[in-house]
Amino acid sequence: MTGLTKRSKVVSNRKMSFWEKIYLPAILNGMWITAGHLFTKKVTIRYPEVKREFSEIYRGKHVLKRDDEGRERCTACGLCAVACPAEAIIMIAAERKPGEEHLYREEKYASTYEIDMLRCIFCGLCEEACPKEAIFLTKEIVRADYKRDKFIYGKDVLVEPMDPAKRIDVSKRQTPEVLEFKKDKDQKHNVQ
Amino acid sequence: MGTLLLYKTILASAILVMSLVVAMYSTLIERKVAGFFQDRLGPNRAGPWGMFQPLADGIKLFFKEEFMPNTADKFLYILGPSLTMLIACLTSAVIPWGPDIIINGQPFSLQMADVNIGILYIFAIVSIGVYGIMIGGWASNNKYALLGAIRASSQMISYELAMSLSIIAIVMMTGSLSMRDIVEQQQGFNWNIWYQPLAFLIFLICAFAETNRSPFDLPECETELVGGYHTEYSSMKLGFYLFSEYINMFISGAVMATLFFGGYHFPFIDRLGLSPNAFAFVSFLVLFAKITFFGFIFMWVRWTLPRFRYDQLMRLGWKALIPLAILNVLITGVVILLNK
Repeated sequence: MTGLTKRSKVVSNRKMSFWEKIYLPAILNGMWITAGHLFTKKVTIRYPEVKREFSEIYRGKHVLKRDDEGRERCTACGLCAVACPAEAIIMIAAERKPGEEHLYREEKYASTYEIDMLRCIFCGLCEEACPKEAIFLTKEIVRADYKRDKFIYGKDVLVEPMDPAKRIDVSKRQTPEVLEFKKDKDQKHNVQ
Repeated sequence: MGTLLLYKTILASAILVMSLVVAMYSTLIERKVAGFFQDRLGPNRAGPWGMFQPLADGIKLFFKEEFMPNTADKFLYILGPSLTMLIACLTSAVIPWGPDIIINGQPFSLQMADVNIGILYIFAIVSIGVYGIMIGGWASNNKYALLGAIRASSQMISYELAMSLSIIAIVMMTGSLSMRDIVEQQQGFNWNIWYQPLAFLIFLICAFAETNRSPFDLPECETELVGGYHTEYSSMKLGFYLFSEYINMFISGAVMATLFFGGYHFPFIDRLGLSPNAFAFVSFLVLFAKITFFGFIFMWVRWTLPRFRYDQLMRLGWKALIPLAILNVLITGVVILLNK
């Protein structure tokens, strides 16, 4: 008879032999095994001194990207909020006023954009849903805090700095397909 | 007479301090060893390699809230841990820590008291040890503590029998109950373990049970009995219980080294041509190394074997170890008679 899984074992109720009954060989064998563990490489990482490398595509705190000219890419379409399974994203759209063209790329922008980091499950679906490549997850982790309302991150935290030197590199999170797509000048939003 | 009294006072204090310091650092070593057995590093934050961890633990235990359940018997509740600690410290009195040292041309023994019934003294004291646990468990007025205490007392009584029986073979061989005589008969490499391996095995197993160490740690069995006999204890009273376990471990290591592994004897160190005091010091280090080795065995076994079930524990004690010990006594007697 074959078992349901490959892991199933045949159990027998046979009488134990003398050597098995006195247990000592088995105990010595067990002690040999544990002694082997004394000399194995330890898995502990001494945290504050040594930090574990995050994966290049780690999904941590979000960033709202600016384009090359420093304009916010987000157009408050709400697709990220729709895609979000945890319903962590809230945004309010506003219309760009004349003279604000250096701040927002499209005529519509998000006047408030809030992510509740306690609700967020860091699945990255917002990033996938975004048609403007405005939101990305980064290697940065969300800091712990004592108050719940401190975890609602607004645009002041999420939008990346204007200074080109301080921009957050998200190239690792962009798949080759996306990079290819960005080169396609037939798509209107790829034309800067 | 005055110098002897002074010397004995200093020696007693030294031995007491040594057992306390060793017990203190055993807690660190235990956690370190446990870590290494589990592929971890163990405590390494307090000082280099966690050297100050025992101090931190001690300070923590001292400053914790001293909680006493209001249904507890106040007197017995305090007596329990005190008794355990006292008994744990008493046993070291008859252990010969090394050969005589010479101060101002006068020999002084490194043994506190060369009682001519040294072994009996140890067993007597160890037997009282169970009272500390029993009283503590009873006085807590808690069913888990009581169950732990019952287990501890029945376990210790059962294993003491086999333990004493295994020692009888040694006593028959040496013809003396004095610890010093037993050590002196194991000069060089002429250790008792080569003649009495079975007695040693029984003694080792019983020592695990006597010190309530895994795999016989049923009295404090945290999976079933919360904390066993020390469930209701906090602060330094709990500290005393935990601490005395480590002192007991140290002392039983010393007893095992003394009875079976030649005490402070080691081949060829008497041929090094050392001065008497240096020789005594080296001999003491040898004994200490043996005790450390046994301490390591205690920890090694703890992280290898799972806990026994209660009926298995009793069956092993009464149906395996005691008959084996009696058989060992019998064989030893026959061999002694044949060699006469």
